[in-house]
Amino acid sequence: MSQMQHTGEMNVKEIVKKATELNDFSHLLEHVPYAKFIGMEVARFGDELVFQLPAKDENIGNPTLPAIHGGVIAGFMEMSAIVQLMVFMQTTKVPKIVDFSIDYLRAGYHRDSFAECKITRQGRRVANVNINCWQTNRKALIATARAHFLID
Amino acid sequence: MKINPEFFPLTDLARRFVDQLAQCRRLKLGVLEASEHHVLIELPYSTELIGYPNTGVIHGGVITTLMDTASGSAVVCSIFDKYKSLELSPTLDLRVDYMKPAEPHKSVFGFAECYKLSSSVAFTRAIAYQESIDDPIAHAVGSFMRISPEMVGEPFRRALMGEGE
Repeated sequence: MSQMQHTGEMNVKEIVKKATELNDFSHLLEHVPYAKFIGMEVARFGDELVFQLPAKDENIGNPTLPAIHGGVIAGFMEMSAIVQLMVFMQTTKVPKIVDFSIDYLRAGYHRDSFAECKITRQGRRVANVNINCWQTNRKALIATARAHFLID
Repeated sequence: MKINPEFFPLTDLARRFVDQLAQCRRLKLGVLEASEHHVLIELPYSTELIGYPNTGVIHGGVITTLMDTASGSAVVCSIFDKYKSLELSPTLDLRVDYMKPAEPHKSVFGFAECYKLSSSVAFTRAIAYQESIDDPIAHAVGSFMRISPEMVGEPFRRALMGEGE
């Protein structure tokens, strides 16, 4: 346990490696308290990762619709991008967020949400990721975002 | 130091608004002050919010939620001050720039203002900080859509006005 805390770089590498071997990326999310806090999950379909945010009462923002809090949707998308980078870049550290820009396209109703990410450009130190989020129909996005991360 | 609430006449309105949002209750967001010009919200540290397990730093998503909530509250206050009505303004977009990680075990404060209110859009900016607002953790700019006051709904309007408490 003490090793886990002091050799952070090894830790991340091991976790990513293990998740890839087991083809179970939920393992990655289990180590991040915030991912558990909002209740997000991940599934792999071939080469693709699809992230899921199951409907949860505590994630509600607007109580009249009711709709998921915009900040939760953003947090879910940001965490999705982090996992995407860790898996496909095999990073040795958890990527650090530099900026995050989100457009809300539709109300995110109180139901399951999904996200997929595309690494648009990856330099040596900074990566650019696009994230799309939808609910019932992949073509009817509820939000789209782009973000930069430090990956070194 | 106790701040005279008369300086910040919309504190109760902003507090009731934030308390209506389930996610904000879960994050224990607390409105410290609000006026027609600004809203200041405190986000207490919790190990549940960690995004970087090796350092204990909270997740960027929590900062985004704080900024979105503070900016949205600033819009509610601004509209209330100008039109004496309540509107629920959904976020159109939000851009957050992260200057440095939040220090673990300390609250993060979100200061937001609605600097322009036009007929259909409200524009906001916000700063997240810990020790000093001049040493920010993050900056955010956002825009919010204005929708008619009828869309608020009677129960929510009553809750915001503190009627029947």
